[in-house]
Amino acid sequence: MAQILSPLPGTFYRSASPDQPPYKADGDAVSAGDVIGLIEVMKSFHEVKAESAGTNIRFLADNEDPVMAGAPLADLD
Amino acid sequence: MLKKLLVANRGEIAVRIIRAAQDLGIATVAVFSAADAESLHVQIADEAVNIGPPAAKKSYLNIDAILQAAKDTGCDSVHPGYGFLAENAAFSDAVTTAGLVFVGPSGDAIRLMGDKVSARTAAASAGVPVVPGSAGRVEGIEAGRDVLTETGFPVMIKAAAGGGGRGIRIANSLAEFEQAFPQAQAEALAAFGDGGLYMEKVIGKARHIEVQVLADGSDAIHCYERECSLQRRRQKVWEEAPSRALSDALREELCASAVALAKAVNYSGAGTVEYLYDDEADRFYFIEMNTRIQVEHPVTEAVTGIDLVAEMLRIAGGEKLRLEQSDISVKGHAIEVRLNAEDPARDFAPFPGKVEDLRIPGGPGVRFDSMLYPGYQVPPFYDSLLAKLIVHAETREAAILRLTRALNELTIGGLKTTKPLFLGLAADASVQAGDVHTRWLEGWLTENAAALAD
Repeated sequence: MAQILSPLPGTFYRSASPDQPPYKADGDAVSAGDVIGLIEVMKSFHEVKAESAGTNIRFLADNEDPVMAGAPLADLD
Repeated sequence: MLKKLLVANRGEIAVRIIRAAQDLGIATVAVFSAADAESLHVQIADEAVNIGPPAAKKSYLNIDAILQAAKDTGCDSVHPGYGFLAENAAFSDAVTTAGLVFVGPSGDAIRLMGDKVSARTAAASAGVPVVPGSAGRVEGIEAGRDVLTETGFPVMIKAAAGGGGRGIRIANSLAEFEQAFPQAQAEALAAFGDGGLYMEKVIGKARHIEVQVLADGSDAIHCYERECSLQRRRQKVWEEAPSRALSDALREELCASAVALAKAVNYSGAGTVEYLYDDEADRFYFIEMNTRIQVEHPVTEAVTGIDLVAEMLRIAGGEKLRLEQSDISVKGHAIEVRLNAEDPARDFAPFPGKVEDLRIPGGPGVRFDSMLYPGYQVPPFYDSLLAKLIVHAETREAAILRLTRALNELTIGGLKTTKPLFLGLAADASVQAGDVHTRWLEGWLTENAAALAD
C-alpha cells in the first residue's frame, strides 16, 4: 500500500471546481500521473498527482480540509 | 465618533485599521480564523473573536459569524478592509440592518459601481471620459463609420453576443474596417445567431492611474493620483505618487472628474477611481471605481500627510469632511512595493513558512506596514502579501535610491519573498525614467528571469 502525501501546505480540493465531480472516488483505480486533487496555497492552485498506479484509492482528507505539507491525502492499494 | 469597531479582516490591513482606530480612541475587536490565532492583529486588538475554521468561506467571508461577533462584543461599527467582504453590497446592507455602522459606502453605491455597465453609464453621465466606442449595438456599417470619428484607429469590432475573446476583430485603417465589419457581422451571426456588433477604441500602451477620493455623502474631495503601471498578471506590485506622466493641467482635469463621479453617486468614505492613461493621445479613460480602502493607500498618505483610514473612521462616525480641497497638496514622491511570500526565481510560486530573522528598515522617509514578527508562521490559506515597504523623498530619483537602501536593510528570514524583484526594478533604466506601461513588467520578467533566479 502507498500513501499520497500533500506536496504543499494549503486547502485540499477533490474536484476542479465546486460544480465538477471529484477527480477520483473511493475505490477507483488510479494510473501514475493521474490528478487526484488540488491544493490551494495562497490563492494559487496546484494539482496533486499519483506517483504510482493502484487499483483502489481511499481518501483520508476531505474536500476543503486544511492540510500541512506531507499530510496523507489518500491510501492507494 | 465611533466607540467600538470590529475589523472584519486579517493580515497587514487589519493591523493598519486597528492602529488607526486606537489612535482615535476607538476600542477594537479583531476577528480571526483558527489558522490566525497567533496573528499580530489578534494580539494588538483590545479583544479578539474566533469566527471559524481556516477556509475564508467559513470565517472571513462568513457574514453571520462576523455580525454575531460584533453583537457579542458590543461593537457599534464594522470596517471591512480590502478583499474578503469589502465590496460585498449584501454585507454592507447586513451590517446596516443589524443597527451597526459600515465603514464604507452604502450597499446601493457598491452595487452601482460593482456592475461594469452601470458604472460606465454613471461615469459617462458625470462627464468622466470612458473608453471611446459605440454607446450600444452598431446597426450596420454606416453607423459603424460614424463611430470611427469617436474611436479612431486601431478599433476593435466585437460581437455583441460574443465573449471570452471570440468574435473580435481589430481594424487599423478605414480599408481594413470596410473589409472587417461585414466579415465580423457574418461571423457573429454564424457563431452566435446574432449579427449585432459594437465597437471600442483599442488602447495600446496605457498607464494605470487612479485617483483617491474622500466623501461624506454630500461633498467630495480628491487626494491626487497614484500610478500603478507595474503589474504582474493584473496584480499591482509597485505603486507611486504622483504620476510623472501627467501634466499639471491634465492632473487637475483627471482629479476633478473623480470628484464629479463621487458627488454624482453621493459617495461616502474613501474610494478610488481608476483610469487608463494613453500617453500618445494624452487622454485618460475611466475603468472602474473601487469602493474600499486600497492596498496602496499609504503612498497617498505619504505625499499628502493625510491618514486615510482615520478619515474613513471619522466620516463613518458622522463627521463632515474636515478638509477642503485647497488644504490638500502633494509634497515629494512616494513609492510602495508589495513584499509577497513568493519565489521570484520559481515563477513566483507561493512560499508560506515560518519567519526567522526579521530586520525591518528604518530611518527618514521609510514606512513598513506588515503583520510579521519573528517566529510568525505564515499560513497558506490566504493571499501572499507579507508587507508593504513605503518610501518617501523629495524627488522620484531620491525615492528610488531610498527604496534600494531600505530593501538592502530588510531581511525576512525563512521565507522567499519578492524583494529581489524590487531591487532589480529599482536598478532598471526604464523604471528610473518612468517609461513603463501596464504590460511592460511581463516582458521585463521574461528578459530578466535568469537574474531573478540567482
